[in-house]
Amino acid sequence: MKNSFGIYIHWPYCAAKCPYCDFNSHVKRELSEAGYLASIRRELGYYAALSPQRSVTSIFFGGGTPSLMQPETAGRILDIIAGLWPVEPDAEITLEANPSSVEADSFAGFRAAGINRVSLGVQSLHDEQLQFLGRLHNAAEARAAIAIANANFDRVSFDLIYARPGQTPDDWRAELTEAVSLAAGHLSLYQLTIEPGTAFYRLHEAGKLRVPGDDAAAALYELTQELCNAAGLPAYEISNHARPGEEARHNLLYWRYGEYAGIGPGAHGRLILPEGRLALSTEPDPAKWAALVNQQGNGLIHRDRLSDQEQAEEMLMMGLRISNGLDLSRLTAITGYRIEAEALEMLEGDGLIQHSPGAGIVKATRTGQLVLNRLIETLAGRLQRAEHALT
Amino acid sequence: MSIQDQTAPANDTGKKMSAEGKAPSLAHIRNFSIIAHIDHGKSTLADRLIQICGGLTDREMKEQVLDSMELERERGITIKAQTVRLKYSASDGKDYVLNLIDTPGHVDFAYEVSRSLAACEGSLLVVDASQGVEAQTLANVYKALENDHEIIPVLNKIDLPAAEPDRIRQQIEDVIGLDASDALEISAKSGLGVAEVLEAIVQRLPAPYGDLNAPLKAMLVDSWYDAYLGVVVLVRVIDGKMAKGDKIRLMSNGAIYQIDRVGVFQPKREMCDKLSAGEIGFFTAAIKQVADTRVGDTITGEKRMTANALPGFKPAQPVVFCGLFPVDSAQFEDLREAMGRLRLNDASFEYEMETSAALGFGFRCGCLGLLHLEVIRERLEREFNIDLITTAPSVVYKLHMTDGSAQEMHNPADMPEVVKIDSIEEPWIKATVLVPDEYLGSVLKLCEDRRGRQIDLSYAGSRAMVVYELPLNEVVFDFYDRLKSVTSGYASFDYEISAYEVGDLVKMSILVNAEPVDALSMIVHRSRSQQRGRVMCEKLKELIPRHMFQIPIQAAIGGKVIARETLSALRKDVTAKCYGGDVSRKRKLLDKQKEGKKKMRQFGRVEIPQEAFVAALKMDEN
Repeated sequence: MKNSFGIYIHWPYCAAKCPYCDFNSHVKRELSEAGYLASIRRELGYYAALSPQRSVTSIFFGGGTPSLMQPETAGRILDIIAGLWPVEPDAEITLEANPSSVEADSFAGFRAAGINRVSLGVQSLHDEQLQFLGRLHNAAEARAAIAIANANFDRVSFDLIYARPGQTPDDWRAELTEAVSLAAGHLSLYQLTIEPGTAFYRLHEAGKLRVPGDDAAAALYELTQELCNAAGLPAYEISNHARPGEEARHNLLYWRYGEYAGIGPGAHGRLILPEGRLALSTEPDPAKWAALVNQQGNGLIHRDRLSDQEQAEEMLMMGLRISNGLDLSRLTAITGYRIEAEALEMLEGDGLIQHSPGAGIVKATRTGQLVLNRLIETLAGRLQRAEHALT
Repeated sequence: MSIQDQTAPANDTGKKMSAEGKAPSLAHIRNFSIIAHIDHGKSTLADRLIQICGGLTDREMKEQVLDSMELERERGITIKAQTVRLKYSASDGKDYVLNLIDTPGHVDFAYEVSRSLAACEGSLLVVDASQGVEAQTLANVYKALENDHEIIPVLNKIDLPAAEPDRIRQQIEDVIGLDASDALEISAKSGLGVAEVLEAIVQRLPAPYGDLNAPLKAMLVDSWYDAYLGVVVLVRVIDGKMAKGDKIRLMSNGAIYQIDRVGVFQPKREMCDKLSAGEIGFFTAAIKQVADTRVGDTITGEKRMTANALPGFKPAQPVVFCGLFPVDSAQFEDLREAMGRLRLNDASFEYEMETSAALGFGFRCGCLGLLHLEVIRERLEREFNIDLITTAPSVVYKLHMTDGSAQEMHNPADMPEVVKIDSIEEPWIKATVLVPDEYLGSVLKLCEDRRGRQIDLSYAGSRAMVVYELPLNEVVFDFYDRLKSVTSGYASFDYEISAYEVGDLVKMSILVNAEPVDALSMIVHRSRSQQRGRVMCEKLKELIPRHMFQIPIQAAIGGKVIARETLSALRKDVTAKCYGGDVSRKRKLLDKQKEGKKKMRQFGRVEIPQEAFVAALKMDEN
């Protein structure tokens, strides 16, 4: 893992904006695919100069809806990457895709271009729910797309959104049971969250959209764990489930606080450079991003050196999301911070974390996962510089 | 709500203070005060009197000249006594000097009121001709009668359509027992009948008595700090005179000062040569702080001393105590300075530093009453810009210890071990409530609920007068608020401290997550503890946000839990989707959370919002 290096490529366009989505996605294309490719090429060149001597272990095309790009464009990008860094033979190369029939038809082309894993935005297996979620596909198309993806790629994942308005545990049990039977080896199961700036947010504020309360949502979460465990798809992260070995390596890179470059508009990266660990991010607007790349060779609008404490906080935020937990000795090695032993004991006493002093690993328990934001807040408040610690 | 009280039995009057039968040269002086309920027109009448006597030009005439403090004007109450000397040419062709003392109009300042009244020979009883007599008015009239005042009833707002002078006249006779047949009918607002008021003052009120040649004897009526003059002392001279350069002695502590200036208020400050027997005015004498001057003290000559000090003097005695803590602990030093500066001008409140595990550093303040406390709190917040947390008000308990010693307790936190206490005494009050009879049932229930003992219940027209004995500790919490709410604001209330009585009193602690929260502990009567404990726990359960763990909230007496609520653990707070791009955003959220934490008080592992401390004390029992 120490040598892992991931590349994230952001494709900013979607066929339509979903009412729950607050990601950097745009419908109107102001930038041609050729123009996009040219800018990606320049930006990759910039990153190669900035962070050479790394082997690429994962590449992730996210968006937006990157399956809307021509498979050739993806192939060209992969070729560019391979020309700039060595790419590990078993590198995980993921494409986010929508399960519309048009896109499913291009799966073979993406496969030929070098994509070896797809993540399908299925979101629901019910037509009326897909309409509510503003999706352009129906349930039949979703099932077909999963089948086509399974035929074309060794590794396939799909996403579902649950804890939807009015969803009962029985509804969810039925839907998830089908999903588990369709799943090859990986499922992402996200609870619906109402994010500022989305259409759902406005409806919610106006009282026209009611999502399940905390207790109901918690019960649905428990049900999810139960069903997935029984199906051999345990959670390895708050919302991600996989058969052992099928975990998304690229995403694990984020959660394990590894190194990754974010290419394209509104992409984020974390790179370890001689000056320290940097948080980098690019201009979100596609046209402005392209202009910026044209002008300065990259689309960066933020390039901040993270303090030790900020790094420690980020490691906590990401590391506690995964079931393997956070390696405390690594936390201290990277950041110079440790968590007060007393706080760990206290939270363990509450049943919120598991902490094995010998192994130096801290994990959130099921209860702890459900209140992870608070847990992280508490632990972040109990970080101390390791040299000050006496025990 | 108006509150008035009569603490000190004040039998000392102008007549008794002086040598009998002397000083006919004082015949041109009248000293009087005005007794009225809030909004019945006291200040308006005072303004009219000043205007007619030419004390101020129309341009200088500001609405309600006498209530000069912003807070006083806003609340319609007078906190410091003020005086004005009026020059009046009466219809008998003679010129008179009329001294009006405006008294503090609140029960908390009952002692100050009694001293102000003792400085006069008569009063105007101003009653709203449609509203009638209120509890506060009643108490002050009794106090005036105790001071042998001649009282002139005045029916104000006679020009309003709702005015019923005959009914109110009858009410004055029924409720107060005062002959109201010659009551004046006026409208202070329009000026109607005000000239007759001045004539009545001259003709119906007695002139003061006093011996101009006797040794100086003066009563210290009030004092305050003036930025230019230093401490200004308001006095009523009984015998003799005081002039610039004279050396005087304060009889309570023997302190000697040389007078810098003497003068009168007309109502503007005017310096004069001397103040003589029968006169009211002020002096300054390089006195450093208001606390050096005590209301009711006797002032005499340094060498030529009066034989007897005036009776009725007593030092200010704080009745209600509470903790004041800055919301922002960084403001503690600002608060200390603000307290010091307030005390410069108000010697009747005292304070000492207090440390609370929950609230950090602050001050324990002793006040004359709840309104006084509120005035102080508001002035600190308003004039010094300090946000404050106020802890539960507490009364002064007298503890009798098993070893025979006795001590006072101002703070529940100071409660000694129960085994060392033989008995605890608590102060009781005699409360008078005047209320329209449709609300009588609610008032009686409220008083009964608060351990009250009914003393009297009578009717005057459609209004009931209820007299109850109540433990003060049941009143300091929220009695006023409850009374106001159960009577839709139609009750008027007045009380006086009556006596200390032994009670079955216990200290109720509040434990949040098994940790005692000192700022929430209180002394309660055992019979009331269960209910208070339950209400408190329920309140806190609403006020404390859910945590990651379950939080028991308990009320306990000694080790015994008497009420319990459980705040269940937070069930869910987790970001569903979190990828590389979200890290920065999440870190910013974390920073925001850290900011929010500053508004909470950490108690053990539980964060209690500051507003919970105040809100928890507002007991809504219905």
